[in-house]
Amino acid sequence: MADQTPILELQHVDKSFGPIDVLGDINLKVHAGEVLCLLGDNGAGKSTLIKTLAGVYTPTRGKILMDGKEVHFTRPRDAQEMGISTVHQFGGTFPLMSIGRSFFVGVEPTKGWGPFKVFDRKTANDVAVKAVQDFGITRIDDGDRLVGGLSGGERQSLAIARAVHFGARVLILDEPTAALGVKQASHVLRIVNEAKKRGLAVIFITHQVMHALAVGDHFAVLIRGRLAANFMKGEKSREEITDLMAGGEDMATLEAQIAGEDTELHSPAHVRASQAE
Amino acid sequence: MSTQAETGAKGFSLGALARRPETGTVIGLIVVYTFFAVMGGPVFMGAPGWSSWLNIAAEVGIIALPVGLLMISGDFDMSVGAIIPASSMMAAILCGHYDLPAIVGIVGGLGVGLLVGFVNGLVVTRTTIPSLIATIGVMFAVMGLTLGFAVLIKGSTSVSYVPDPLTKSILGQFINGMFNVSILWWAGFVALFFWFLHLSPIGNWVYALGGDQESARNAGVPTNKLKISLFMMSGFCAAFVGVAQVMTYQQAQVAGGQSFIFNSIMCVVIGGVLLTGGAGSVVGIVLGTMTFAIVNQGIFFASLDPNVGSIIIGVLLLVAVLSNDTFRALALSYATKKK
Repeated sequence: MADQTPILELQHVDKSFGPIDVLGDINLKVHAGEVLCLLGDNGAGKSTLIKTLAGVYTPTRGKILMDGKEVHFTRPRDAQEMGISTVHQFGGTFPLMSIGRSFFVGVEPTKGWGPFKVFDRKTANDVAVKAVQDFGITRIDDGDRLVGGLSGGERQSLAIARAVHFGARVLILDEPTAALGVKQASHVLRIVNEAKKRGLAVIFITHQVMHALAVGDHFAVLIRGRLAANFMKGEKSREEITDLMAGGEDMATLEAQIAGEDTELHSPAHVRASQAE
Repeated sequence: MSTQAETGAKGFSLGALARRPETGTVIGLIVVYTFFAVMGGPVFMGAPGWSSWLNIAAEVGIIALPVGLLMISGDFDMSVGAIIPASSMMAAILCGHYDLPAIVGIVGGLGVGLLVGFVNGLVVTRTTIPSLIATIGVMFAVMGLTLGFAVLIKGSTSVSYVPDPLTKSILGQFINGMFNVSILWWAGFVALFFWFLHLSPIGNWVYALGGDQESARNAGVPTNKLKISLFMMSGFCAAFVGVAQVMTYQQAQVAGGQSFIFNSIMCVVIGGVLLTGGAGSVVGIVLGTMTFAIVNQGIFFASLDPNVGSIIIGVLLLVAVLSNDTFRALALSYATKKK
């Protein structure tokens, strides 16, 4: 896989907003059929990085390459047309719209003639339901149901199925498991795996190390806008990754600190005793 | 699971009907009509009653349609109250003062509406000012301009104009001396808006815009253009009512039209449109408008104190919002409860 041309590659990408440098010298490669986990604390620049990939921002310096050729995205639509699809935390779906309708927002199927074209509800519903069921969500069987009636995991799955249906080659998942319970999250992780099996490149943003380890092939850790680590599966242990994410600070020290404050607050006598020891 | 699919395929069941968001509005309409039919007696149920509330419904209904669409897309338009007098003043000055043909006045009046709608759209899309505030600002500006120009040109706050018979028959005639021709226009607008929102593919964008603007934009919906178009629609419809008023009452006033702001919003909300956007239907808006108009006119037929009418409308509004929420919750729980 290493000898293939990556689907998406970043070379020395910088992004500044006025005098503030948010991303500095980012180099990343994503291959087809690979899950890249983008890890990092809040404010590390994850959002800026994926927005740059999705065409929301243009890099201040550096190059974005797709299939080895340089590309310039000036708006999200450009990136989408090249097959880069972003799915946001809440699925980017519309709770009060039907499954069929929300699936086809922006690309509505029509029937009829000329100016009298009407929205083809049946086709929309059938296609949407089939696309989701292909991803193993068999509970969704009626395209007229409202998206808001689905669980968080199902909504994510619907959004991912939608992106894949419309020809996504690179799937950017922005914290898809952040708001989900354990069972729902495993649902979404299974779908990430399924997308990978279909040959998509998946960029999976999370700050839950467990979720990243479950599906990731390739990991990149962002700290204050810099790529602090970039390694393949199995090269680092869970503890090392967690430490990296906490800003390089030793997690154990942090834990001890918090525990220390805690005991100080609640049982000063105990602390004093231990200090005396 | 196959049995579930079958019931879904049949398309009709009492349970599904109860979950339609319009159900609450229909019940409200029936209750209100029955109440005033009993109180108002045969006069209210006959042609005089029907014509009086239909005339009111038509005027406010033509404006409630685009206001409802805007609300579904997540925006408000308060400026309709200023567009009505501005457009009728424009039509009356062009035709009554400068003696230009009626068609010039009509086009001029409608043009005012489209222009104000365009400005609304620009302000809302180019700045971060919420549409509620932006359109209130535009409303005051338009009111000031209307008054200023009316005084400047005509030296008066009202301008009269007697339309030719053809124009009068198209825009301002009372059929049978009772039913305003605008009822037919309303029906036409209803058909047009129904097609636009529920049948045309663009209708889907309106819901998407109201559901989540960011996602809609990401999905490729031209959100700014759509918003500006929707504001222009409401400007156009308000101007249409303004122009029709000149043709009906043969006079334009700089004041007036204020009542349409809240009335149109009330019709829309009683009709089950979600205040925060994302849900609603043309059928609901029409039902809400009818309910509102029946209360509005029923009071006179029932010879009730007009203050009682205001109380009824106020209570109706609150009940409508509550029941809409209940029906919406039912619709949302539908899928999760099934298994």
